[in-house]
Amino acid sequence: MKRTGAQIVWECLKREGVEVVYGYPGGANLPIYDAMIDYPIHHVLGRHEQGLTHMADGYARAGNRVGVAMATSGPGATNMVTGIATAMMDSSPIVCITGQVASKFIGYDAFQETDVTGITLPITKHNYLVTDVKEINRALREAFYIARTGRPGPVLVDITKDAQQASIDWTYDDRPIRLPGYRPDQRAAAPAVQQAAELIHAAKKPVILAGRGVFLSNAMEELRQFAEKAHCPVAVTLLGIGALPASHPLNLGMMGMHGEAWVNQAIQESDLILAFGMRFDDRVTGNLQTYAPHARKIHIDIDRSEINKNVRADVGIIGDLKETLQQLLPLVEAGDRSEWNDYINGMKGDSAVRDIQNLPDNGHLYAAHVINDLWRYTGGNALVVTDVGQHQMWTAQYYRHEQPNCLITSGGLGTMGFGLPAAIGAKMARPEKEVWAIVGDGGFQMTACELSTAAQEGVKVNVAIINNGFLGMVRQWQEFFYERRYVATPMRSPDFVKLAEANGLAGMRVTQRAEVESAIRTAQAMEGTVVVDFRVEQEDSVYPMVPTGAALNAMIRRPVANPIAETGQDL
Amino acid sequence: MQHILSVLVEDKPGVLNRVASLFRRRAFNIESLNVGHTDVPGVSRMTIVIDGDANLERVSAYLYKLVNVLDVDDLTAKPMVMRDLAMIKVSASSENRAEIMQMVEVFRARIIDVTNTSLIIEITGDEDKINGFVEVVRPLGIIEMVRTGAVAMSRGTDLAKSNGNGKYRGAVTLG
Repeated sequence: MKRTGAQIVWECLKREGVEVVYGYPGGANLPIYDAMIDYPIHHVLGRHEQGLTHMADGYARAGNRVGVAMATSGPGATNMVTGIATAMMDSSPIVCITGQVASKFIGYDAFQETDVTGITLPITKHNYLVTDVKEINRALREAFYIARTGRPGPVLVDITKDAQQASIDWTYDDRPIRLPGYRPDQRAAAPAVQQAAELIHAAKKPVILAGRGVFLSNAMEELRQFAEKAHCPVAVTLLGIGALPASHPLNLGMMGMHGEAWVNQAIQESDLILAFGMRFDDRVTGNLQTYAPHARKIHIDIDRSEINKNVRADVGIIGDLKETLQQLLPLVEAGDRSEWNDYINGMKGDSAVRDIQNLPDNGHLYAAHVINDLWRYTGGNALVVTDVGQHQMWTAQYYRHEQPNCLITSGGLGTMGFGLPAAIGAKMARPEKEVWAIVGDGGFQMTACELSTAAQEGVKVNVAIINNGFLGMVRQWQEFFYERRYVATPMRSPDFVKLAEANGLAGMRVTQRAEVESAIRTAQAMEGTVVVDFRVEQEDSVYPMVPTGAALNAMIRRPVANPIAETGQDL
Repeated sequence: MQHILSVLVEDKPGVLNRVASLFRRRAFNIESLNVGHTDVPGVSRMTIVIDGDANLERVSAYLYKLVNVLDVDDLTAKPMVMRDLAMIKVSASSENRAEIMQMVEVFRARIIDVTNTSLIIEITGDEDKINGFVEVVRPLGIIEMVRTGAVAMSRGTDLAKSNGNGKYRGAVTLG
């Protein structure tokens, strides 16, 4: 049958099972948009291409499927860059389809021309420039395949306008994909698995470090079985939160820069580290020279370039985590490591005393209280999406996830502005879930325009703004490391309640802890997206904290008595 | 000390850019990079010489992440032959032409162009030999010079690839 390139795009998306596309039309992708009308795919018009790329990302992470974003050439495509880099760092499968000027204009600085494949080369898993209508089918099939297999990631397909407009006799090319240089199906080598089992037998103080790879390979059950059989505590990375239910006795919680003291101490004292689908980010290890000095390391990852990158592995296993754990499980003897587990649990008491949760609120509203209450009134079962900064760390600390894949956050790139649009995408992927976007006043304003997208789409997202009038995390660093010189961090924000209302949405303001519960309950009961402006303590800091370059257990601990809470006055 | 990598890639637009961009992005220094066709249609071969300080395990792991890279072979420690080709244009008059031709003879180079005032000499060999020759002809006055950078190949017929990736098999049936 006769098909234009634009129609072929939609034919291919349909066959990939795409139901939603986040996009923005423009001159160079108009043919694609014109053809859309005949296809039953829902299009979400974002307000900025960064936002719609985050939407596709949130959709992909929440729904465990490929998210699709579309933009026009030039500025449309360059606006996607932040979203693509975010997806790259957190291994999120998205396909970005951009329009490009007609092929005869490429290289002539045509209106809205930019070298998008060149720009996105280092931040995509792979990308394509398609100038021939006959290549669209193959490029899109490969793009989806590459995005979702192996270590997932973003793939960009740039299609020239003439390729979109040209017509050919077309039938769907469903021949097996031939990518001889791409081998995502890595299998763990049996001798390495055997070696790993031997190290585990010998270990008295092992710790599992679980990362996002647990979710990507759907290995939650295998992780639980393994941890229980080996009686081995599990620390999680920011993106691994929920890999094991928070209430599971072997779950220690989050490790790293803002991990609890007992978690980092356990890692430092361990004699064996089992790294499962995590990549030893510097926010996780602290100073590499002093990192887990007594521990042998077993590192399992699907991406061979992660093995021995930051931390040298005694046993490196390249393979799918789920399959590898299935191979490893029968080789591991059931063990009793009560002494080690009891020792770690013994350290928790010290931290609990210091926890801000145990301090009186004295009329002040603390972010920790807000997030703790959010956790309580959502039963720990909400799908939580965060932005980046202090609120993100507090969410990681105080929202105890019982379910897997329920925290979506920009970990690797740390992209402010991620929260709201990613929450919109996440809600569309899992409409049955209660979704909370927990954001700061700074990051929220980077993509606050997407409130009107939420309104137009009728998507229900509850937005909790942890509003402290500062770029809080930067302010905290200024407090700790720059002698409280608060340069460029105080921020005057608009009236968020009115901003919500201007978008036809509901807004609320909370200034007392006593009002938190009713605000949450009200937001839950309302139909559409709700914005709750939580006016929290301004100069509150995230504790504990490992300063950059310090050893993982050299933490700035919470003050035993919080001076703010004690005196009721700001410092 | 240098590392010599032989890299098989799919012959597609932008592949050279992907490889070069990878080295830049990961801060590995390329000393020379040579690319050309192989006997297999659709497959090109790069010989990349990199700084000895580079972590070769990382370089090759990142190369494998490129979808268009079929095979990476580290030739550094293997029995291999390595060649560089240079063309050197030197000033030459009727008086010293005979002297130059003698040197060319000694180094087993060749003269491939002659004018009244200059010669182009072609020389093939490993880096040291070419460097040596360049020093010998330098006093004559080098007008211009071009070098290909190294190309390298392992000795013998052992085609078993070291990486265990299994990609090479796919590569030879390509197209």
